[in-house]
Amino acid sequence: MTLWMRLREVRRYPSALASLFIIGALVLMAVYAVIRIPYAEAIRLWRAGEVIWLENPRNAAPKWINWFGASQPETIILAGDKVRKESESLGSGVRRETFYFSFDFLYGNFPSELAMFFSATYTKTPPQVNLLWRTPDGREIAVGSRTIKASDRYIISGDPVLQKRLGRSPEEGLFANPQAPEKTLKGRYTLVLEAYLFEESAKIEPKLVVYGRVHGWAGTDHLRRDLAVALLWGAPIAMIFGIAAAVGISLAHFVISAIGAWFGGVVDLLIDRLTELRMILPLLPILIMVGVLWTRSIWVLLLVLIVFNLIGGVKTYRAMFLQAREAPYIEAARAYGAGNFRIVFRYLIPRMIPVLIPAFVLAIPNYVFLEASLAILGLGDPLLPTWGKVIYDAYSQGALYKGLYYWILEPAALLMLTGLGFSMLGFTLDRIFNPRLRTL
Amino acid sequence: MENLKRIASYFGVRSSLLLITVVVAVYLVILIANMGGHMDKIRESQIREQVGLALQSPEFQQMPEAQRRQIYEQMVEVRRREEGLDKPFFQRSLKYLVNGITLNLGRSQRITSDTGSNQVRLILVERLPHTLLLWGTAQLLLFFISVFLALYLSRHYGSALDRIVVALAPTSAPPAWFYGIILILIFSSLLGLLPYGGFVDAPPPPTMLAYALSVLKHMVLPVLSVLTGGIFVSIYNWRTFFLIYSSEDYVEMARAKGLPPRTIERRYVLRPTIPPILTSFTLMLITVWMGGIITETVFSWPGLGRLLYQAVENADTPVMVGSSVVYGYLLAMSVLFLDLAYAVFDPRVRLGAAGGRRL
Repeated sequence: MTLWMRLREVRRYPSALASLFIIGALVLMAVYAVIRIPYAEAIRLWRAGEVIWLENPRNAAPKWINWFGASQPETIILAGDKVRKESESLGSGVRRETFYFSFDFLYGNFPSELAMFFSATYTKTPPQVNLLWRTPDGREIAVGSRTIKASDRYIISGDPVLQKRLGRSPEEGLFANPQAPEKTLKGRYTLVLEAYLFEESAKIEPKLVVYGRVHGWAGTDHLRRDLAVALLWGAPIAMIFGIAAAVGISLAHFVISAIGAWFGGVVDLLIDRLTELRMILPLLPILIMVGVLWTRSIWVLLLVLIVFNLIGGVKTYRAMFLQAREAPYIEAARAYGAGNFRIVFRYLIPRMIPVLIPAFVLAIPNYVFLEASLAILGLGDPLLPTWGKVIYDAYSQGALYKGLYYWILEPAALLMLTGLGFSMLGFTLDRIFNPRLRTL
Repeated sequence: MENLKRIASYFGVRSSLLLITVVVAVYLVILIANMGGHMDKIRESQIREQVGLALQSPEFQQMPEAQRRQIYEQMVEVRRREEGLDKPFFQRSLKYLVNGITLNLGRSQRITSDTGSNQVRLILVERLPHTLLLWGTAQLLLFFISVFLALYLSRHYGSALDRIVVALAPTSAPPAWFYGIILILIFSSLLGLLPYGGFVDAPPPPTMLAYALSVLKHMVLPVLSVLTGGIFVSIYNWRTFFLIYSSEDYVEMARAKGLPPRTIERRYVLRPTIPPILTSFTLMLITVWMGGIITETVFSWPGLGRLLYQAVENADTPVMVGSSVVYGYLLAMSVLFLDLAYAVFDPRVRLGAAGGRRL
């Protein structure tokens, strides 16, 4: 039976089909991530800090939690044409511009924050603004007055004066129902902003952001970053890391055990000792030390991992190679005068490839999770967003205590899917390629 | 008697070979921790700083510049010689090696033991029992549950339970810490049944019994996470071993002779399966020990693994080296222990027949 025919046998196993479907979906996701967000852009988005994500809520859950009965507000951003504007000249170059930020708030939970961003142009005298809050039931609450610099922001929800006046944090106080203070008052809110401009050429562009508690399909983290970036980019990194490590290490093990079995004697003994060294070598502490003292780049760590695995192959293949060594076709090769390396690389190894394939597929999840393991120890790659690093962030920011489960469960689910996908496929291939398991 | 002698000599050979391996492993650890000489530079700059601080006296400040320079350099040189920094790296690394193997690692840079000592050895000794308690329990449970369930399943091959376990085998792909986080999420955060982590309640219960119960309560989730992470695949693998060995001709023969199934299982199936099971268990032990580093961290279990993590956080190299070396010892001991079990169970070793080597 040729290799290809055996591989086609996979179709007969439903679990293998499911795993192929999962792997296919992950590959698509990886390709989409790389095309949609180029490498440099992904790093910029992930590393640039809060500046890029200023308009995202902090620690927001994904939007789809609202499908399960939650009523968490989405972020409302009002600026430019969405805001009604009236302009009135008060003489001697002074002008009053009134902005009406009207929006419907129909959610059951309070927004997470409330902020205004301004960009103003003026030469000498900065503009002055007054803010007035109109609730759906017609109450009016004076929010405050401020002088606006060229680029300014006013975090309404963090205003201590307003907090004192309302008796609770502003983002709740402004939206609360007077009859039932723990509930929101649903309806149309208006923030009236009166801006006094003292120069003919002065301009002001205000923007209101009512931060919600849900964002996108993935949610955000403690730095307002959209988790979608990390979740998408985690796919290609996990796949490449897992597959590269598995290919490198399985092939190395394979070649080494073939050489050991073929030459026997001293070489075999040496490989035996090295294998034992590899077993006793505290590999994870070593990787951790390399990560701490040398570099945190996952590609360097991958290289170190492969090098350390080179020094000793697991002995599983040995017995099979010893068996294959005695096969008549090898004897024939020897009779016609084939050299040692020709026999090992042209006759011995190709014949055992079927054994390698399942082992290789089964090894992939180990390395995918190894990346996550290093990340959870705080040794994740300093630049790249990976699933492991998202879990690490979530874990170290106390997501488990605060109940921000989406933050952990999303990357965990993706890791789990990757792990399950490859390991289900590996188990099936094992059954196909290992005749002893076939009848079982 | 003859058997015992053979086992003893086999054991002796194995343990000396393992000791050599440990030495090589520790040397590798030291080479890496030393960053090819970079650590020495750090040490040298530390010496210079200390000497500079020591020479702050007013008399010294009044001396002429050249003389001050000379005294400073002399004192640095003395300290350098004391620390052996003037010798070539290879020679120094051998000294580090001896220190590493004997765990004579001096003082930690930041981490202290609970009793306030900063002797690396004391810190390690304090943490080791916690690690042994937790992972010893987890490994024993994993081994026995797996063997018995695998045996049961091989007897009931094709039953619903058997098919479920086979289908669940791929769930062993994620490591224990991964399940640990999920278990914390379910049992601590959502249900509030078990503690998030730690060793005992704070403050520790006064009576022995209450203390033990509290420790036990904190052990449930870590042990459970190791079991979830490893049990299905080991049951699956070992069940396969049992099935393969029970289809051998000599088992058919025994069945034909009319031996009771229990005897067949014990004498003809279990015996020959023990060596491969021990080998696969050894490999799993390594995974559990190494995985323990992260699992302990996730559960804030005050063992060696978390110590290593704390050393990483504090960039405390002596502690890092120390805990890596102890992990090397633990792995070697596990291998040695299983070798002994091997020697007892494998007649090829016991009887000294040809090919009495491992696998």
